[in-house]
Amino acid sequence: MSSPSSFTYLDHNATTPVRPVAAAAIAETLAECGNPSSVHRAGRQARQRLEAARDAVAQAIGLPEGGTLVFTSGGTEANQLALSGTGRPRILRSAIEHDSVREAVSNAVEIPVEPGGTIDLAALEAALAADRRPALVSVMAANNETGVIQPVAEIVRLAQAAGALVHCDAIQAIGKIGFNMAALGADLVSLSAHKLGGPPGVGALALAPGLHLAALQRGGGQERGLRGGTENLPGIAGFAAAILAAIAELPKYQDLAVLRDTMERELLAIEPEAALFGATQPRLPNTSSVALPGLSSELQIMALDLAGVGVSAGSACSSGKVRPSHVLSAMGATPELARSAIRISLGRDTGPEDIERLVVAWSALARRRRAKKGAA
Amino acid sequence: MNGVLRNATRPPPDAIYLDYQATTPADPRVVEAMLPWFTQRFGNPHSTGHGFGLEAAEAVETGRAQIAALIGAEPREIIFTSGATEANNLAIKGAARFLKGRRNGVVALATEHKCVLESVRDLGREGCEVEILPVESSGLVDLDRLDAALDERTALLSIMAANNEIGVLQDMAAIGALCRAKGVLLHSDAAQAFGKIPLDVQAMKLDLVSISGHKVYAPKGIGALYVRHRPRVRLEPLFSGGAQERGLRSGTLAPALCVALGEAAALAASEGPEEAVRLAALSRRLRDGLAARLDGIALNGDAEHRLPGNLNLRFAGVAALDLLAALPDVALSTGSACSSAEVEPSYVLKALGLDNESANGAVRIGFGRFTTEAEIDRAVTRIAEAVTRLRSGLA
Repeated sequence: MSSPSSFTYLDHNATTPVRPVAAAAIAETLAECGNPSSVHRAGRQARQRLEAARDAVAQAIGLPEGGTLVFTSGGTEANQLALSGTGRPRILRSAIEHDSVREAVSNAVEIPVEPGGTIDLAALEAALAADRRPALVSVMAANNETGVIQPVAEIVRLAQAAGALVHCDAIQAIGKIGFNMAALGADLVSLSAHKLGGPPGVGALALAPGLHLAALQRGGGQERGLRGGTENLPGIAGFAAAILAAIAELPKYQDLAVLRDTMERELLAIEPEAALFGATQPRLPNTSSVALPGLSSELQIMALDLAGVGVSAGSACSSGKVRPSHVLSAMGATPELARSAIRISLGRDTGPEDIERLVVAWSALARRRRAKKGAA
Repeated sequence: MNGVLRNATRPPPDAIYLDYQATTPADPRVVEAMLPWFTQRFGNPHSTGHGFGLEAAEAVETGRAQIAALIGAEPREIIFTSGATEANNLAIKGAARFLKGRRNGVVALATEHKCVLESVRDLGREGCEVEILPVESSGLVDLDRLDAALDERTALLSIMAANNEIGVLQDMAAIGALCRAKGVLLHSDAAQAFGKIPLDVQAMKLDLVSISGHKVYAPKGIGALYVRHRPRVRLEPLFSGGAQERGLRSGTLAPALCVALGEAAALAASEGPEEAVRLAALSRRLRDGLAARLDGIALNGDAEHRLPGNLNLRFAGVAALDLLAALPDVALSTGSACSSAEVEPSYVLKALGLDNESANGAVRIGFGRFTTEAEIDRAVTRIAEAVTRLRSGLA
């Protein structure tokens, strides 16, 4: 394995480096010793750090007054807690949700998406009307593979009219685009630290005022009984520092769209048969999903890796799997096309030289495809 | 963090930390090993399509092997979790839910950690037959009584290797033999025992073992569950998703935290035996020092079978909360940190047969790797002075 330091890393939707301010907060907290539940001074100091971090994260996401923020071990746990905790007998979710939402409950109703990658609002409305039992609608703010931004406010309006709660997996959106829970009216919001420059191993579930949940893991009564276990204090301090930095840098982060769009234009110029997913819709500024028909995702990823560029086929969790992306399939891609797609996700430090390296390596792949096609 | 803690109550610089069962300081060597994995080497260990992910995956596997080695397990038998609470919930609910319909009984001791008891109670609400066994006044379980509680309907027995309040060590090898003979799965919450006393999953016939990072000089937010491979123990996961950790625990692993727990295990493997001897000497020094200055001291829990870094004492006529209040520069506790803020007497001490007044007199003193002889001596003086003052009514 060659040294990753000479690599161009374009897989920031899988995970992104911990920000220096977050690393400093982690190191500072690691140097102290205290269990936030202990009553002595070391414990009270830990408690104060914990609550200061909670306030910071709550403010960063626009938690409504009186709402609750529960720290978890990450986005997966937050999603599971949201889907199984409300006790709603009906769960409606979009066809492009992350596996942690898809696998959380077995009997969810799947709402299709438009070819552009946004939820089919008419189908959602019909599904809500088809059964009057109390429902929970789960929809992500922005998709992890295509970056397509969902019309969350509109979904909330439809759901509330039908008496349904809305859970929003905002793991990829927060820190990349503006997000305000109170303004959107969502009832539950999932967050993950390591997608925005905090450490892996920390996430949170935000709850609107008055909402109660059944805990997944119990014991000790921490997090108001919603999540037992000693809190990951260094990680939580790092999460708070990272989210504040990410929010402060949001305007600058939007400039990544210029780099991304330039890249996509160049790729299409090199190979007009390449396909972009979700590009007709509002997207996260850093994400691009592009297929090179006829060449498998795995082959492309390996070739790009050899050329010093790290990308992925889709979500990192399923990196080892060969089945086509459920997200692209839901958008109408044939299995063949979905199997030839890669996800390129830029980060806050990505520069034109990184994009150039990707484009050069990708054009070699496109030539290889032409040669293969010519031989066939 | 600038400003966030401006008005925080920081412990005074000369404060003595004697609450190692609540949480341990992270070992600087552990911190040094983990920090690069946040920033320079930041890959997602599940992104195996590029070098960043691969090196993170390798680091996770090294940590897993280090943890396995400390308890005589195979690396594939170690599942990373967010801590011991999750590991306990996963082991107990996971095993019982998987076996439901075949074996419905779940047995635990009255002195288990709250997260074990609450997991067991959750199972009771789901239709499992729950039995909570009493312990002797020493805190040890009577093996005949335990034997009588297990039968062909019992799915799982959960017994803590070392108690978090009174430090008592159960005879896990004898308990393991009992369980194996009856086909009962044995889970042990080893949050306090891992890295402190020898644990061997083969010799003790343990099927599931919960491990905590922040009790063994690694940070908070990481733990592990040992899940026996042969004969195979099957679990229903607590949450699903990307199917990481062999489908038993979905979610992106934190390589820095896995490295930290691995490093902590490696340090315990190399230094643990020597450290246990040093801590036992500190324990004697503390007890002898207090006994030389005070009458009316009682030890809660068995005197012989206990963690080297734990004493649970009561001082006749002195309420623990008064003593803690009189010692702001010594971090002690009345019991488990989770219940620190509660006014109810400890259920663990009540299970030993203590009355409310005695239970309310108990003080947990926990010490460890960074505790010095000088600190123990200073603590002895400070505690003896405070007890004398409180007994004279001059507090």
